[in-house]
Amino acid sequence: MTWVIALMVIIMLAGAITVLFVESHVSAIAATSAVSLALSVLFVILQAPDVAMTEAVVGSGLSTVILALALFRINKNHGKQQSEQNDA
Amino acid sequence: MRNVSALVFASGLAFLLLVITWQFVVGGAPMLIGEAILQQGADEVGAANLVTSVVLGYRGIDTLGEIAILFTASTATSLVLSSLSTKSSSNKKESIRDEGTILASSASLFFPLLITLGMYIILHGHLTPGGGFQGGVILAAAFFLPLLAVPGRGVNHSGLALVEGFAGASFIVIGIIALFQGNAFLQPFFSHGEMGSLLSAGTLPLLYTAVGLKVGAELSGLLANLAEIGEIVPESTDLEESSLQTESNGS
Amino acid sequence: MTTDLIHWLLYGGAMGLIVIGIVGVVTLNNIFRIVLALVIAEAGANLLLVIAGYRFDAIAPILTGSSVNQLMVDPVPQAMVLTSIVIGVGIQALALALVLKVYQNYKTLDIREIHQRLSTDIDSNSGVISLLSSEQPAGERPLPEPSAQNETAQLNQGGDK
Repeated sequence: MTWVIALMVIIMLAGAITVLFVESHVSAIAATSAVSLALSVLFVILQAPDVAMTEAVVGSGLSTVILALALFRINKNHGKQQSEQNDA
Repeated sequence: MRNVSALVFASGLAFLLLVITWQFVVGGAPMLIGEAILQQGADEVGAANLVTSVVLGYRGIDTLGEIAILFTASTATSLVLSSLSTKSSSNKKESIRDEGTILASSASLFFPLLITLGMYIILHGHLTPGGGFQGGVILAAAFFLPLLAVPGRGVNHSGLALVEGFAGASFIVIGIIALFQGNAFLQPFFSHGEMGSLLSAGTLPLLYTAVGLKVGAELSGLLANLAEIGEIVPESTDLEESSLQTESNGS
Repeated sequence: MTTDLIHWLLYGGAMGLIVIGIVGVVTLNNIFRIVLALVIAEAGANLLLVIAGYRFDAIAPILTGSSVNQLMVDPVPQAMVLTSIVIGVGIQALALALVLKVYQNYKTLDIREIHQRLSTDIDSNSGVISLLSSEQPAGERPLPEPSAQNETAQLNQGGDK
C-alpha cells in the first residue's frame, strides 16, 4: 500500500511541475487532468469514497472539458486573426 | 534573477505552511465532533451514508450556501459570455453540420444511459457513496454530449432555467416546511424508515434530488454557453480593422 | 517506520501541490496558465483537508452490515471537501469566462502587457495622469527618432524654454 501512495504522490507532483514549465497549452491541460486522476486514487486509499467520486467526475470530466473548450475558442480566434493578417 | 526570487518565495512559503500545520499528525485525528456523529448519526438521521447525513442533516445550511455560490458563478458566467459579440445567428446555418453518423447516433444512444446512471447515483445518495453533486455532473454531461456530437443543435436554455429554478425553490420550500413542523430549518422530518432501504432517512432523498437536478441543469447551461459562443469577434475601434474583417468575411 | 513514511509522503504531497500552485499564480506570464495553477492549488488544499481526518486502520464512514464495531474515519472533513470541490469548478468556469473576455478586448494573453494597457486605459478614462503616460518629462526614456514633425516640435519646445 505504501508504494501505491508513493507512486500517486510522484505522479501528482510531476504533473504539477509540468503545468508550470511546459510550453504547449494542450500538454498543460492534460497534466492537470493527470493530477486530478492521481488525487482521486489517493482519496480512495484515504477511505473517502464520496470525495473520490466527486473529484473523479468533476476534475477529470467537467474541469478538463471546460478548460479545453476555452482553449479551443482562444485558438480559433487566434487562427482567424493570423489568417486576416496574412490576407492583408 | 526572476528564477532566484521565485525560488526564495517558494521556500519561504513552504516554511510558513510547515510551521502553521506542523501540529497535526497524519493518522491520529482528534475527532471531537466526528466521534459524536459516528455514534449518534445512525439513530438521529437514519442514513447509511454518514457523509450524506453530515452534508444534508447536520450541515444543511452549508449546502444551501454552496448551491447559492454555484448559482452565482453560473449566472455570472452566462452574463459575461453573452456580451461577447457573437455571429451565432449567421453561423447557425453553416454549423448544423453532421460530424458523422456514428458519432451522432451513438451520442443519442448514450443520452438515456447517462441519464439513468445520473438519476441512480442521485437517488441512492444516502445509501452508497454518491449523491446530488456527482449525479448532477453526470446529468450535465448527458446533456452536453449530443451538443458535442452535432454542434449547432443547441440546448433548450429556457427549459433548463425552469428546471433549475423549480429544483432550487423546492429545496428551500422543504426546509421551510420543517420550520412549520416545529423543527429547525432544513431538519429532516419524515420517519426514518428502515436503514438501508431506498425510502429511508426522512427527507434526505428529496433534498438530494432537488440538489442534483439543480446542479445538473446549471452545469449543462454553463457548458452550452461556453460551447455555443461562436466566433469571438474582437471589438475593433479602428475603421481599417472593421473594413478588413468585412473584406475577409465577404471573400 | 511505515506510518512515518506514509505521513511524510501524504503531507509532502499536499504541501508540494499548494506551494507549486501558489508559485505558479505569482510567477507565470500567461493568464491561461495562471488559471491552471489555481486549479492545482485548490487540489492540494482539498487533499490537505481529507488528510486531516484520516485514521490508520479505519474504514470509510458508511454503515454496512459488516461495519458494526469497526473504527471509521472522520466524516466532517469529507463533507467540507465535497462542497469545496464543487465550488472550485464554479470558480474555474467564471475565471475562464473572464479570460475569454480579456482576450476579446486586448487580443493577448501576456499578463505584463495586459497590466500595462489596462492601467493606461483606466487612468486615461478617469482623468489621472499615469506613470506610463507620454505627458510626463522623458527622464530615462529614449527620445523618439527624429522625423519632420518631431524636429519642429523640438524646436518649438526649445523656443519656449
